[in-house]
Amino acid sequence: MTNKILEIEKLTVSFDGFKALNDLNFSMDAGELRVIIGPNGAGKTTFLDVITGKVQPTKGRVLFKGKNLKKIPEHKITRMGIGRKFQTPRVYLNLTVRENLDLVANQNKNVFPTLFGRPSSTEKRTVSGLIETIGLDAKANLQADLLSHGEKQRLEIGMLVAQSPDLLLVDEPAAGLTDEETENVGALLLSLAESHSIIAIEHDMEFVRQIAKDKVTVLHQGSVLCEGKMDEVQNDPRVIEVYLGEPLDK
Amino acid sequence: MSSELNTGVYKQKQRRQKRLIEAGIIIAIAFILAVILPAVLPAFRLRLFGRFLALAIVALGIDLIWGYTGLLSLGHGIFFALGGYAIAMHLKLQIPEGQLPEFFTLYGVDKLPWFWQPFYSFPFTLIALVVIPGVVAGLLGYLVFRNRIKGVYFSILTQAALLVFFNFFNGQQKLINGTNGLKTDTEKIFDLLVSSSAVQRTFYILTVICLILIYLLCRWLTSGRFGRLLIAIRDDETRVRFSGYDTTGFKVLVFAISGAIAGIAGALYTVQTGIITPTIMQVAFSIEMVIWVAVGGRGTLIGAIIGTLLVRLAQTFLSERFPQVWLFFQGALFLTVVTVLPNGIVGWFRDYAWIKARSLFGLKQQLITYPQIEEDPEIQRERDQLTRK
Amino acid sequence: MSALIEGLFNGISIGSVLLIAALGLAIVFGLMGVINLAHGELMMLGAYTTFVVQNVFKPLGEPWFELYILFSLPVAFIVSALFGLALERGVIRFLYGRPLETLLATWGVSLILRQFVRSVNWLLVISIAVFCLCFFGGMAILKRLSHWERIRNWAITILLFISSAISIALGFLIDRVGTLALTKPWFSARNVDVTAPTWLRGGWKILGFQMPYARLFIIALTIICLLGVYWFLNRSTWGLRIRAVTQNRSMSACLGIPTAKVDALTFALGSGLAGVAGCAVSLLGSVGPNTGQNYIVDTFMVVVVGGVGNLFGTVVAGLSIGIINYLIGSGTLALIFTSTESLKPLVDFFLFFATSSMAKVMVFAIIITFLQVKPAGLFPQKGRTAEL
Repeated sequence: MTNKILEIEKLTVSFDGFKALNDLNFSMDAGELRVIIGPNGAGKTTFLDVITGKVQPTKGRVLFKGKNLKKIPEHKITRMGIGRKFQTPRVYLNLTVRENLDLVANQNKNVFPTLFGRPSSTEKRTVSGLIETIGLDAKANLQADLLSHGEKQRLEIGMLVAQSPDLLLVDEPAAGLTDEETENVGALLLSLAESHSIIAIEHDMEFVRQIAKDKVTVLHQGSVLCEGKMDEVQNDPRVIEVYLGEPLDK
Repeated sequence: MSSELNTGVYKQKQRRQKRLIEAGIIIAIAFILAVILPAVLPAFRLRLFGRFLALAIVALGIDLIWGYTGLLSLGHGIFFALGGYAIAMHLKLQIPEGQLPEFFTLYGVDKLPWFWQPFYSFPFTLIALVVIPGVVAGLLGYLVFRNRIKGVYFSILTQAALLVFFNFFNGQQKLINGTNGLKTDTEKIFDLLVSSSAVQRTFYILTVICLILIYLLCRWLTSGRFGRLLIAIRDDETRVRFSGYDTTGFKVLVFAISGAIAGIAGALYTVQTGIITPTIMQVAFSIEMVIWVAVGGRGTLIGAIIGTLLVRLAQTFLSERFPQVWLFFQGALFLTVVTVLPNGIVGWFRDYAWIKARSLFGLKQQLITYPQIEEDPEIQRERDQLTRK
Repeated sequence: MSALIEGLFNGISIGSVLLIAALGLAIVFGLMGVINLAHGELMMLGAYTTFVVQNVFKPLGEPWFELYILFSLPVAFIVSALFGLALERGVIRFLYGRPLETLLATWGVSLILRQFVRSVNWLLVISIAVFCLCFFGGMAILKRLSHWERIRNWAITILLFISSAISIALGFLIDRVGTLALTKPWFSARNVDVTAPTWLRGGWKILGFQMPYARLFIIALTIICLLGVYWFLNRSTWGLRIRAVTQNRSMSACLGIPTAKVDALTFALGSGLAGVAGCAVSLLGSVGPNTGQNYIVDTFMVVVVGGVGNLFGTVVAGLSIGIINYLIGSGTLALIFTSTESLKPLVDFFLFFATSSMAKVMVFAIIITFLQVKPAGLFPQKGRTAEL
């Protein structure tokens, strides 16, 4: 029981009667790298929204390390150890790379410690280390809005790591990147997977093949269609049907 | 690696130098404001200027929440008035024990309302004129922010709150003399007439000191991690929440500070005006406060001060000469600042005029887009490789 | 019983004024997320238009003068709508995506409008006409030049400067030689009175109290406007486009809907409704440059409580705010409780708020409490697009 990091039971989310998620069951072990795929509108992003507390479930529950996340505000969920990367990179454009990371690396995020505290030396070291890891040391003091798309993507992953979460949620990390950048991000994710549990949402099958070492989950119309190793999933007739439509010769 | 260390040391040195220059400028301005101006200006003009400086203090508070945190309050008149009423109530009570301020008898009130009692004490008044506006702001902010109400909604709600406070103060003759307000000029403070020149001069100096202290406070708030967090909230609040910060708390705090600052400004303004009436809480006045910040340049503290002084001076000048033109001018000011000068005078100077001026003197233009191209180690290496071949 | 019905009627009639004033605001806010602080002044413009139409009809004699109000409604709508159109094209369209700046800009417009009706005279009108002629005429000529794009900024600055110099100089010149007729303000800063036609005076006696015809007229007008807007939004092509843009601007643009035109049209529609509202308001009392200011904050509250992009929410919010306002302000609520002795403190409490200005304090408290439960208004938008 304890080694399950995330369990989702009978989760339903409806917006005005439209069910974005429908009776979804999902569970995942600690230390796993899980890739979630699914056609457009399958409910992937809503899935992340529910885990991070942005959207409240209509029915069902989400357990993180055995704790129910219902009605817990986003920042507390984040502090419990769930980090999220958004679909489009969202970094603070008017702050420098270092300041971006420093904000996230802050150990005590309550109001007054943030006001009166000074960055501790460990935090400073974390930030410097991270800047090197994401390969932005030359641009550390540059405002984030001057970075390229790929660099922002890397910075945001860096910010995620700076939170030192137990579970990373990554929403389409490869969107809009060149092949080379995609591979870099993939490698970065794989190295992160050694010490974190990760849920990655992705469209790019090439990329999925690169990172999917463990299980892959296919979402369709708000529920889990199938789950398994990449090869199994790829040959599952239901998955093929969802992605490509009915086979012609039947 | 060593080069980075070097630049680090160099940067620190540069920063210290910048700080010294800034301190020098502040001291110089303080000297001009506190010593030279009182000697040069006639008492009546000095009093006027003192009022402008008091208004500049509110502008600092508004800049803190609008320029840095992205919350546009159209209701700062509330906090301003609360501070003003606090000090005015204290001054009204400078009368022999057992007597009531004269206006009470007009409405047939024979007992001092309970909330007037503590204002007999001077220390209490001093604390109250900071704390009451701060708490009111904090409370209002809490009720609004905790529901994630933001943007235009927040602005409208503050405006409505302003109207409500205006109605309340305007309608309650028996409690605070309604429309007529409280006159402070004829009262005594420490046995001296408030309107006497010595007292007024003291208030002026006090205003200058407060302005500088509050400037430093805002400077401190906005420069560190806290200030960067405010900017982050302005730019992308949802993201801040997903970074593990409770943005509501930060916004409430900063709104409360801003309210408290407005309270101090209100008190200083009131004693230098000689009267406080509910008209200080008119919708128009509170929006004007915002435009001072916009003219000077939001997101820059010095801009808030400059903007206030410029607009108020223009207003005095224009409404003395051409009273009809002033509203047209003000309207045009709103339009032009918003459309043509979104970053205000200071922003324009920083983004445009400064660079132009530098190039006029033949100085090298600072590269803004990719300053590190010359320092980028990768590019250096490539360059080395190329030259070696 | 009759007291309660009277209270309800008066509440509904206040609510319908609020509603007709808020209707245009709600549509504009729903579509563009723009709060128009000049909305009140557009109402004032409508009211002044009514005044002018009345004065035009006065010399025409009896049968015509009785009907002037029916003519002034479309005229007020058109005047305000045209002004709104100019406002949107001239200012607001540059500020989309920056709602807070729009707020400030529209405040500037409202200041200018207020001063304009105070000091408008032939001299000012002539100067403005000359300015427009010089500026836009010059622009039209210069635009034909081949290197227009290059000199654009400079040309506009110089043109602006020259045109204003010419018009100001002309103004001074006329001021010197001109007669009083040219420099006499049309309305001056004093309030003007619109006299209701005889068939709107008096009232309908029922159940022992009187329903003034003017109030009934406003209620009917509100209903007609609501139905008209409903029909326009839900049955016409442009209404469909407006709704499409409200829901998803970029998608609509991709589908070939001219979003800029839709914006301009919606803004003109909202402004026109403000003009009609102004016409209605002019029946209730005298009209002055600050008339609009009395309404804006209340109408904003209607929009906030009603929620974005939902006409029905606006209706419910407008009526309930009107009714609550009246019930508290007139002391009706206090009256209800006086019969029971044990509720004495409650009565005192309501009596404290039983003036129209103190009622606003109470209503605001209620609204804030309401927003604690439903922060996005009565009918919030749902789904993933609602936030961000």
